[in-house]
Amino acid sequence: MARKLPAKDVVIIGLGWTGAILAYELAKTGLNVVAIERGPWRDTATDFPPAYAQDELRYAVRLDLFLRPEQQTLTFRNNASQTALPIRSFSGFLPGNGVGGAGIHWNGQTWRFLPTDFQLRSHLEGRYGKAALPADMTIQDWPVTYDELEPYYDRFEKLCGTSGKAGNIRGQKQAGGNPFEGWRSSEYPTPPLKQGLGATLFAEAARKTGHSPFPQPASNLSEAYVNPLGVKLGQCTYCGFCERFGCGNYAKASPQTCVLPALLRFPNFSAQTESEVTKINLDSTGKRATGVTYVDTSGQEWEQPADIVLMCAFSFFNVQLMLLSGIGKPYDPQTGQGVVGRNYAYQTTSSVSVILKDKILNPFIATGAHGMIIDDYNGDNFDHTGLGFVGGGYMGFGQTGARPIQTRPVPKGTPKWGAEWKKATAETYQRACSLATHASSYSYKDCYLDLDPTYKDRFGRPLLRMTFDFHDNELKMSAYLTDRLAEIAKAMDPVELVASPRKGPYDSTIYQTTHNTGGTVMGADPATSVLNRYCQSWDVHNVFVPGGASVFPQNHGYNPTDTVGALAYWAADAIRNRYLKNPGPLV
Amino acid sequence: MMRRSLTATVLFAGLTGAAFAQDTQSFDRIERGRYLAVLGDCAGCHTAPGGAPFAGGLALQTPFGTLVAPNITPDPETGIGNMSNDDFLATLHEGRGHNGKRLYPAMPYPAYTKMTDDDVLAMRAYFATIAPVKNPVVSNQLPFPLNIRLAMAFWNGLNFTPGRYQPNPQKSAVWNRGAYIVEGPAHCGTCHTPKTLLGGDKNNVALTGATLQGWFAPDITNDTRKGIGGWSIDDLVQYLKKGTNNWTLASGPMAEAVSHSTSQMNDDDILAIATYLKDNGEGGVSAKPAVVAANNNVMHAGAAIYKDSCAACHKDSGQGEANLFPRLAGSALVQSDDPTTLARVVLHGTRAVATAGAPTGPAMPAFDWRLDDAQVAAVLTYIRSNWGNAAEAVSATAVATQRASLAKSP
Repeated sequence: MARKLPAKDVVIIGLGWTGAILAYELAKTGLNVVAIERGPWRDTATDFPPAYAQDELRYAVRLDLFLRPEQQTLTFRNNASQTALPIRSFSGFLPGNGVGGAGIHWNGQTWRFLPTDFQLRSHLEGRYGKAALPADMTIQDWPVTYDELEPYYDRFEKLCGTSGKAGNIRGQKQAGGNPFEGWRSSEYPTPPLKQGLGATLFAEAARKTGHSPFPQPASNLSEAYVNPLGVKLGQCTYCGFCERFGCGNYAKASPQTCVLPALLRFPNFSAQTESEVTKINLDSTGKRATGVTYVDTSGQEWEQPADIVLMCAFSFFNVQLMLLSGIGKPYDPQTGQGVVGRNYAYQTTSSVSVILKDKILNPFIATGAHGMIIDDYNGDNFDHTGLGFVGGGYMGFGQTGARPIQTRPVPKGTPKWGAEWKKATAETYQRACSLATHASSYSYKDCYLDLDPTYKDRFGRPLLRMTFDFHDNELKMSAYLTDRLAEIAKAMDPVELVASPRKGPYDSTIYQTTHNTGGTVMGADPATSVLNRYCQSWDVHNVFVPGGASVFPQNHGYNPTDTVGALAYWAADAIRNRYLKNPGPLV
Repeated sequence: MMRRSLTATVLFAGLTGAAFAQDTQSFDRIERGRYLAVLGDCAGCHTAPGGAPFAGGLALQTPFGTLVAPNITPDPETGIGNMSNDDFLATLHEGRGHNGKRLYPAMPYPAYTKMTDDDVLAMRAYFATIAPVKNPVVSNQLPFPLNIRLAMAFWNGLNFTPGRYQPNPQKSAVWNRGAYIVEGPAHCGTCHTPKTLLGGDKNNVALTGATLQGWFAPDITNDTRKGIGGWSIDDLVQYLKKGTNNWTLASGPMAEAVSHSTSQMNDDDILAIATYLKDNGEGGVSAKPAVVAANNNVMHAGAAIYKDSCAACHKDSGQGEANLFPRLAGSALVQSDDPTTLARVVLHGTRAVATAGAPTGPAMPAFDWRLDDAQVAAVLTYIRSNWGNAAEAVSATAVATQRASLAKSP
């Protein structure tokens, strides 16, 4: 029996990037805000101090900061003819756990989507004709434009102190930046990171082959920075332990390093950790949420009444909770009707490994988002006529670290173990590097999320089921992009080159990325979206999904965090300036 | 130090006598009392962590035993609801509580005695307005014979000079206001002035630093090597207001003082304190000890440990990062004679205060599990004799002593 707590104005489910931003923005207005977080409290000094944060075995191999399948997992199948089975060991993607969420263990890549990405379907149909798009592709325009989101991208980047070089300030092209990017209202808050030899060699090769390399935008800071909340971040030390690690040097943007110190000063904010929300409760009309029910570590169930419910969990768990709470109509892939779970998408990645001659790359000097990149083959930056696919991605040299357990590059044909393998590792480590493509994953009728008919979580609720596979469009795109990358790599004069374009079927046991998108998408039409343009539920007006990647109608050729952060500020402004004055549907 | 004369005291009391006629219930007076309680950091001792305001219960570990700060809410039975104004004045000015019962100088009456009657009574007016809380506190938990309060009559005879603050006419009003706050309500010397064996202030070396509760409260005179001589007035203002400046960040007991007291002081008073402290002491450089030679084996070991464990934040140059990682080069604390705090923060780590003006609150991690006594001593010796710093080598024995004492009372 749930025990009822005193009512709050706002309850936030999940205290990661979006939860922390919304909590700060709403606590600032004087509202009483509580955040309920499934995982533990995490703090830089106590949980990942530099005295032991760089522990590859603990964090990168044993995945200390991540969600454990026994806490929560999902089932997976490639298509509807298969029976989905539970993921019992996360490996293909790694959802975060605890305060800070994925904002702790990310690499810091901070990309904006392209202006045309926001009008994807109308743009592509306009340029190539309706027939150019596969019949089962369900991409759609975003309900917001790049111009509308630009000030919010700017706010999130200033929160993080992102390091980079602008390529376009208010329409003026800037030398050294990304010539393809949308306009920016200002330069990056901090200058670009320093680049190592590998990135420099790639940039030379890219220029030689007619491309436009630029430093990757990074929220691993090139210099110390005070953000608009008054919180100070340190300078990145290029230690090479970003992805899967917390930063002990206060140098990687995260809820911990950017928001929580300021948020915790509000007496009207509180956080309830190690407590999982099991349901959003609705009133008898089903049109209004009354709050949430959660379970603490002792198994005690609590009801937290609130006037506004903000779903700020990782994308999968927003979808699962919405389905379990009966908010919105579940998607049916047979009829194409319904919306919750629709348009699940991912990311299409590939690599080109090269071994150079007589070089000392010192690849261990790295950060999560350091590197030189080209954007010539992203989105619709290049003419797709006759190519047989749409979409694209960025590519380049993005060395995130070369840690001793998991970085063991050897030439083809080297034995997998023993003296020869050790010798080859020693000879190759300093000369090897891996170039990568990071490309779009458009949405399809048969790629979706629903509730599993068989498997249940620790609370007896159905697990979420993922049905996903790569489509020909994405595989062709990956082949094309990987070929282009290999051409540039050849200009680096390697002694060995191995190109690995993405091949199907999708394998959930091989790590690719944790950019899992869609399922509660935002849109202009309630028939094809769960949320309106303010990230507000079409059906239950006091429920918002303020900016998590589950709101993306499809995934584009960039990492999602900058857009997630921008949408969080966009939704926060809509709630503060519009919803609080007149609670009800904003559209 | 100020000279005191009986005549001046009487005159000063006479001047403030007019204030007695004020309405004790006026908002302005109660607000002034609240602010004086901030200047005096009353909450620092009388409010237990997470407890009701001023309801007592924070145990103070003194070299002589444990004292618990009493309940000073207006509850008549367990608080000070029955205390008369005269009793209250006697408590703050003479260290005599209810019914003449003698207080221990953990209650800083040797400093509060400098406060004007009017200020003390304004505080009294404020304390009468806070919520009464029934919370019996046994203050005196000292061992025999120190638990005999009458012993304090003897102690007072040796160590205590009652009397109000006497302005120095040679100095500005701002300077005098600063001196009044530092020597009176803010009782800075309670931590920062060296103590005699009996725990009395060594007033001839006031504010030159002292060790208490496992921390070394640094020299805050104007000495450029061991004190704050290298700091500008603005550095001091920033430190008191935000808990951090270009040099360092407040942690340990000073974090509490910043949090409860200095960060809530008004800008004029902070400037007054800074003005006074920058004009206190000789302002010279204390004699530099010989620098430990760079080719010494301990220095070699220390340099390697520093590179491996410290340089990522404090930088190779020892410059640190303003408001985030303390600067070690030129740091007074690093060069202080007593390495208690240095050993402590390396072994156990510490967290800087977070304030409205500087909310970050970064922390130094603990290294006790990773560095042995000799290694801690080596890295401390290295930072004390590098980048132009000069201080005695730290011995492994000193680190071991701190490690043992932290194990007993973290």
